[in-house]
Amino acid sequence: MSVRGETITAPVEVERPDADEVAEPDLPWIVIVWNDPVNLMSYVTWVLQKLFGYPRAKAAKLMMDVHTKGKAVVSGGTREKAEFDVSRLHAHGLWATMQKEV
Amino acid sequence: MARGAAIRRTRRGRFELHLDKRERDVLRALPAQLRGLLEHEDPTSDPAMARLYPPAYPDDPIRNLEYERLAGDDLTAGRMAALDRMDATIDAEQLSEEDVLAWLGVCNDLRLVFGSRLEITEETTGADFPPDDERAPVFALYGYLTWLVDAIVRALN
Repeated sequence: MSVRGETITAPVEVERPDADEVAEPDLPWIVIVWNDPVNLMSYVTWVLQKLFGYPRAKAAKLMMDVHTKGKAVVSGGTREKAEFDVSRLHAHGLWATMQKEV
Repeated sequence: MARGAAIRRTRRGRFELHLDKRERDVLRALPAQLRGLLEHEDPTSDPAMARLYPPAYPDDPIRNLEYERLAGDDLTAGRMAALDRMDATIDAEQLSEEDVLAWLGVCNDLRLVFGSRLEITEETTGADFPPDDERAPVFALYGYLTWLVDAIVRALN
């Protein structure tokens, strides 16, 4: 799974016609990781460091937010960026979803 | 259960495995289990598969279908590549970093699958699976994978 994480180059962006997006303002999207009872705290911290390049302290804080508050916003941006990040989190077994920032 | 690290990064950027034959034999059987699940089960009917393929848009079925169409094959291809790599290196004494990432991916996916089958919650303890429980062997395997995943993450850090 991690093998893919290194090599994929956002096919999501290529296949999505821009015309569909014109009527819809490109509001920032947020990516949320939800708590689950199986993934290890050490593993979740490592995934957030690896995928987003976060320093260990930031990744550990986000992981603790997931653990204690049930969820944390781990990244965001355009819909394409958010979808790509969600797919990478899914490839690493994290329970991630995306939604428009409110 | 005290023992040395299962995996250790060498100065040359490779990873030494310290697993005995029994552990290798346990691990050898695992990729086929995950491969069988990926090839034959469906996220809509199998909770363990659903855990491996979460929805990106939980409140928007249309967009979620589109996400599954675009990302689902890549997710499966990545998982299959990791399985192939673990199969190919199951008896190796040393692994490359790519190999280690593949092992980690497979072991973590299997934790998610077994965790789903065992209905693991935050409150689950070993007392929930006494020796006479038919799920006790799977829980033991789950515990072993927990230990191994943590060891791999330590070695990568």
